[in-house]
Amino acid sequence: MAAGVGSTIGTDNLAPHQVGRNAAALRAQERAEQWMLGGLALPGLLLIGIVALAPIVWLFWLSFRDADGMTLAHYARLLHPSYVITLASTFELSFLVTSICILLGYPLAYVIAQARPRIAAVLLLLVLFPIWTSLLVRCYAWLVLLQRRGLINTWLSELGLIDGPLQLVHNFTGTTIGMVHIMLPFMVLPLYASMRAINPDYMRAAANLGASPAKAFWQIYVPLSRPGLAAGIVIVFVLCLGFYVTPALLGGGRVMMWSMQIERNVSYYGDWGAASALGVVLLVLTLGILWLLARVIGFDKLTGAR
Amino acid sequence: MRAKPATETQITHRRRLWLYAIVGLIVLFLIAPSLLIVPLSFSDSRYLTFPPPAWSTRWYAAYFGAIEWREATYVSFAAAMLTMLLSTTLGTLAAYGLQTLRSRWSVLAYGAFTLPLVIPAILIAIGIFLFYAQLGLNSTLTGIVLAHSVLAIPLVVITVAASLNSYDMNQEMVARSLGASRPWAFLTVTLPQIRISVISGALLAFITSLDEVVISLFIAGGDKATLTKRMFNALRDEIDPTIASISTLLIALSVILLGLSQFAQLRSKK
Amino acid sequence: MTITTISLPISIRDVTKTYGRTAALDNVSLEIASGEFITLLGPSGSGKTTLLMVLAGFIRPDSGEIRFGNREVTLIPPHKRDIGMVFQNYALFPHMTVAGNLAYPLKLRGVDRAAVEARVARALDMVQLAGLGERQVDQLSGGQRQRVALARAIIFEPRILLMDEPLSALDKKLREQMQIEVRHLHQRLGMTTVYVTHDQREALTMSDRIAVINHGRFRQIDKPQDLYERPNNRFIAEFVGESHFLPVEVRGGVAYFGERAIRLAEPPRHTAFAQFLVLRPEKLKVIDAADGAELNVFPGQVKEFVYQGESSLLYVSLADGQPIAIRQPAGSAQRAPPPGAPIRLGLAPADTIIVPPEET
Repeated sequence: MAAGVGSTIGTDNLAPHQVGRNAAALRAQERAEQWMLGGLALPGLLLIGIVALAPIVWLFWLSFRDADGMTLAHYARLLHPSYVITLASTFELSFLVTSICILLGYPLAYVIAQARPRIAAVLLLLVLFPIWTSLLVRCYAWLVLLQRRGLINTWLSELGLIDGPLQLVHNFTGTTIGMVHIMLPFMVLPLYASMRAINPDYMRAAANLGASPAKAFWQIYVPLSRPGLAAGIVIVFVLCLGFYVTPALLGGGRVMMWSMQIERNVSYYGDWGAASALGVVLLVLTLGILWLLARVIGFDKLTGAR
Repeated sequence: MRAKPATETQITHRRRLWLYAIVGLIVLFLIAPSLLIVPLSFSDSRYLTFPPPAWSTRWYAAYFGAIEWREATYVSFAAAMLTMLLSTTLGTLAAYGLQTLRSRWSVLAYGAFTLPLVIPAILIAIGIFLFYAQLGLNSTLTGIVLAHSVLAIPLVVITVAASLNSYDMNQEMVARSLGASRPWAFLTVTLPQIRISVISGALLAFITSLDEVVISLFIAGGDKATLTKRMFNALRDEIDPTIASISTLLIALSVILLGLSQFAQLRSKK
Repeated sequence: MTITTISLPISIRDVTKTYGRTAALDNVSLEIASGEFITLLGPSGSGKTTLLMVLAGFIRPDSGEIRFGNREVTLIPPHKRDIGMVFQNYALFPHMTVAGNLAYPLKLRGVDRAAVEARVARALDMVQLAGLGERQVDQLSGGQRQRVALARAIIFEPRILLMDEPLSALDKKLREQMQIEVRHLHQRLGMTTVYVTHDQREALTMSDRIAVINHGRFRQIDKPQDLYERPNNRFIAEFVGESHFLPVEVRGGVAYFGERAIRLAEPPRHTAFAQFLVLRPEKLKVIDAADGAELNVFPGQVKEFVYQGESSLLYVSLADGQPIAIRQPAGSAQRAPPPGAPIRLGLAPADTIIVPPEET
């Protein structure tokens, strides 16, 4: 392999093809192009990194500091009963909401996945509509509907089903109803996507082999829809864990969620140590559950990268 | 006449009527609450009882008449417009750069872009609040736009990257062989073909900013309070019926934007 | 170097491109004359498309030099190389009309509107698509799209044209028709053309010269006839044209098949011991018992007769089981003995080709 004009000492440890005519210039050009393309993503990354991610790292650091220096006191305080109760009720609500979303979301996703394209499109639009509607509007709607003189109570007493108005809001019940309403589309969409990908040949094969429709459904279809179900469960659960607005508005002060504790520590007490410790715990829980999901269904499906 | 089977396991539609009924109720559950606000916003009663004792537009008058609501509306829409412009630009460029680059770094960067969607909003909110406090960016429009963009850029990146994935990059190569530089090839060949997803991303960015609550609660204070912050406070204190009229208007906006987005997507599939 | 206003010579010197451990291009060099139609022929993965992309500037080599005429273009980006290129999947712009596609490179070069319209019309004419300017891309057939892609690549009168298997997506009849049309276009316009294909028949039909490439290196560069009649080794003989091979031993300038010496027209060009006798089906002849005195005779048994329209293949197995085939044109002289019948095939000394195995 002839070394090209311009090869110098100091290139001895390069492979033969790296020393040659124009080799250095070509390498430099290639690098420059890579930097230029990658640089297109830089402004966006910088914005997110500086405005959102760096402060969180700072919070992480703050959670280990107080007036005197490094400490674990903030985390130790989290073992206090009131915090434990908050964690318990946060998990309780999240489990409940997720379970209800599975019960309601699965049939809905199933029907949309099986429907003719036109009808499916309309149904999907109806499922998307709540997502495009403001969160506050939806919370407000439930506040109005569930209040003592609201629609639900009025109808129930007109139908003679109850004697007096039920306390449906400003409590756990109202919060649950509101959260289910918010979270249901996030359960339906991944489920639907997964169901659409199920090859109808599997069901035909099952019928061919003698399975009854019910059996085919439970033994073939449901397991095949697992990735979408897993994704939906995790998305909804994780969203519930950190959710603030709906419990704050519909809970009437009787529902204390982890996120509300964070808010209270910042706005009311100005206790950044406690707030950041709470935040770190929430983040660790969230990332941990997501990581579990990634292990189950594969990381590339999670981010949607190619 | 035999009914046409609905599934591969030969179940007819008739036998699954119970399923359709249940699903119908679920869909009703999703849609009805928002829609019921619309007629209730024209109720004359302070408590928005049902049925309303009389009809009136007093709550709309209350909304347009109050200066705090008008200011908040202006702030929210200005922030949403600016967020849309900033996020769509940065997000589209990022998606293009990452998709064209195709190295190990691009996968990592892609993950970094999706982080704001994964981290709980309350945590992002207090982080930004603390950060802004050092820089005096709290209660400024700039601060709000930057913070909302943190949430909007990932959505734009995901939307545009998905469409670039199914786009034939060969066309840019052809354009370059015909004499177009990379930027020109992007502008004249690629962008026109991905513009649907760019528009979708933009609308998504707009609505995300407009509807954003948690971060705004912390950083949108004083006379730069967003509509969402004012609504939240009003809901917390007492159920101000003015919110019913604001809600109706917001619902109308949502319908229009969702319609636009779907219309754009349908047109691309002509 | 002849440099004209319509074509440029191309000089490829010591170009190498490695991906990890594999060398897609291994220090290749080639001089292409001005106005020449040269085909890069090879199996998939041979490096032919890589070399074309290096010429275009879309793949940067690790080292080497590319010149168009006097100008070194190795470091020049693709959009400044002023070449025309036709891709395998045409890659027409779907959001523009046919005319829009054709006008694109002209507008980039600042041609004014009136001239653009005139040249678009002329280009459409040249590829027999007159009047289809306002059609949308998805309204065209495969063959029409290919012509638009071709027209778009030459409308700005590049002096070099690169084509990457442009006809592989067309059906056989259309492909053969287009091969001739592309050839005519080249004769008419005269630009230097580098054509990539894996189809040896296509290469033989269209090229002034063929460069056979395998594993990133050129194996033989010759005119089509020379390549076909005088392949350098077994790989070339096998890749270009149909053949069967008989193993022979070359001792002292004579090729021996078993005990028998093959009558050759000239001594083998190579000195390797184990080589092959190339048996082109169309060079063999069926001979009767009495004839064949001056020919190389191969007695065998008929295995199968395959009718192929304008010609037929007769599969024969030799005494030791070696399969060979003879191609006969349709007509009165065609012989079709039944399977199992004995048969004698003859090969004239002038038609013998002795080739070594491919060097690694």
